[in-house]
Amino acid sequence: MKVLVPVKRVVDYNVKVRVKPDQSGVDLANVKMSMNPFDEIAVEEAVRLKEAGTVEEIVVVSIGPEKAQDQIRQALAMGADRGLLITAEGEVESLAVAKLLKAVCEEEKPDVVLLGKQAIDDDRNQTGQMLAALMGWSQGTFASKVEKDGDKLHVTREVDGGLQTIALSLPAVVTTDLRLNEPRYASLPNIMKAKKKPLDKKAASEFGVDLTPRLETLKVTEPPKREAGIKVESVEELVDKLKNEAGVL
Amino acid sequence: MTALVIAEHDGEHLSDATAKTVTAATKLGGDVHVLVAGPDAIAQAASKLGGVTKVLHAGDDAYAKQLAEPMAALIVGLAGDYDAILAPAGTDGKNFLPRVAALLDVMQISAITGVEGPDTFLRPIYAGNAVATVKSSDAKKVITVQATAFEAPSGEGSAPVEPVGEGVELPSVSDFVAEELTHSDRPELQGAKIVISGGRALGSTENFEEYIFPIADKIGAAVGASRAAVDAGYVPNDYQVGQTGKVVAPDLYIAVGISGAIQHLAGMKDSKVIVAINKDEEAPIFSVADYGLVADLFEALPKLKDALGA
Ligand SMILES: Cc1cc2nc3c(=O)[nH]c(=O)nc-3n(C[C@H](O)[C@H](O)[C@H](O)COP(=O)(O)OP(=O)(O)OC[C@H]3O[C@@H](n4cnc5c(N)ncnc54)[C@H](O)[C@@H]3O)c2cc1C
Repeated sequence: MKVLVPVKRVVDYNVKVRVKPDQSGVDLANVKMSMNPFDEIAVEEAVRLKEAGTVEEIVVVSIGPEKAQDQIRQALAMGADRGLLITAEGEVESLAVAKLLKAVCEEEKPDVVLLGKQAIDDDRNQTGQMLAALMGWSQGTFASKVEKDGDKLHVTREVDGGLQTIALSLPAVVTTDLRLNEPRYASLPNIMKAKKKPLDKKAASEFGVDLTPRLETLKVTEPPKREAGIKVESVEELVDKLKNEAGVL
Repeated sequence: MTALVIAEHDGEHLSDATAKTVTAATKLGGDVHVLVAGPDAIAQAASKLGGVTKVLHAGDDAYAKQLAEPMAALIVGLAGDYDAILAPAGTDGKNFLPRVAALLDVMQISAITGVEGPDTFLRPIYAGNAVATVKSSDAKKVITVQATAFEAPSGEGSAPVEPVGEGVELPSVSDFVAEELTHSDRPELQGAKIVISGGRALGSTENFEEYIFPIADKIGAAVGASRAAVDAGYVPNDYQVGQTGKVVAPDLYIAVGISGAIQHLAGMKDSKVIVAINKDEEAPIFSVADYGLVADLFEALPKLKDALGA
């Protein structure tokens, strides 16, 4: 099989972002950027499938600024074979991303597209589903297990009630959840090797996709602040406060 | 202006989140219809929700497991009559609604927490560290709703139920194979009035059973967990509270042995009263707790159980 792994450059998960005073967005100047953690899980899964002999080739694609090269190189260092950077400045919405990925799918003809269930910056959880829709492909979202079974892909999904396993006809789109695997760190020799792996570059404008945003962000504000309360000295005091002060027991 | 709410259910019960999504839909200012793809009893339950003027019922077995491809085909077929389509932001809605949005060439507005007008919405971004006010220019709105941010509608309705879904051409690219559902007699996490969650510090499934569950049962609480506790396998995945798990907002949230990472706070910081029990007085969880107890959980929880009485 051939796997396409879209990855997004996002604010590192350890960063506590600050809202800009003019409410135009969050302050991203000098903030650490990383590969979206769920996409890292997708890269890892693709590499494991390759190591198991189920996958022959892994292509990584990122849509974003020039700097998103760093995230593609990281994926190449983890074991992907080649990369494609689609450069676009500013925010590209999930629907436009899905349309660009559709164009990539038509050219690359992957059997599976593996990507994160959500990006931890905009928390939208939709790109994979949208791509599946545009391609008319099956989708297995929130995957905690992915197995090839004959000509089907079995995907176990983390759902509100527990776990659900479905069988998908190929080609398919699979989005990853946290329990799918624990991504590896790239070794130094592999980081060196990744520098020589092919990385193509195209501009988003070359694809003939309308990138005009459908959502306008009117403002970005701080969430309501929660004040820290008090420390209680004992379990007895806690129960007393919950019963008599807060009235929640 | 008419909105269609896609009912969320587990085959037996209409979810609480569906009712709250109806409230969000009502704020758009028009009629609200509900689509139930599932058993008739659930369509009947939906017809009693306050503010609903019509229930569409698709009873075909093809929808029983709410798989994304048939659900999207069904909803897209009905979309022509509606200005807005909403679903609770549970794992079902998150699965099929973006598919609907793409088929309609609409940019979905995900997990909204407020309705400012028929085209303007609030939604948390960056694990809830910021709130964006977004305005949609799409003619049709496709929206998932963070149900905890809305109240259930008041009053009881008696909406007519109308069958739909005849002759929808269903894609056959996916099949249900199996499910492993978590069975519990405790309240459902997202609807519960009290939630007690355990973190990595619990150390094992046995400790959850010995220290957390008895307290939950005493006070009628649902049990939740941090990602670390789920990753370690102490409790099933559907217990995870947080940015990428379930969002809860009970009257009382008790966090035990949880440090309070932003990803966890994103799932519980709108709870009315928060209690933290942690042996590290510097733990970030205390910065959002109304009542903090600096203590070893293995000493504090047995005492708590006793103090709660019989
Ligand atoms: C992409 C991504 C998504 C994530 N999504 C989520 C999510 O949805 N939900 C979530 O919870 N996390 C999520 N996380 C993980 C999050 O960053 C934290 O790692 C996690 O919440 C930590 O869990 P914890 O508090 O149980 O463990 P720790 O951070 O290890 O904290 C354990 C706490 O227990 C205390 N303790 C230890 N022993 C005792 C004792 N005997 N008595 C009392 N207290 C004790 C310690 O002082 C410490 O504060 C996500 C991370 C990433 C990267």
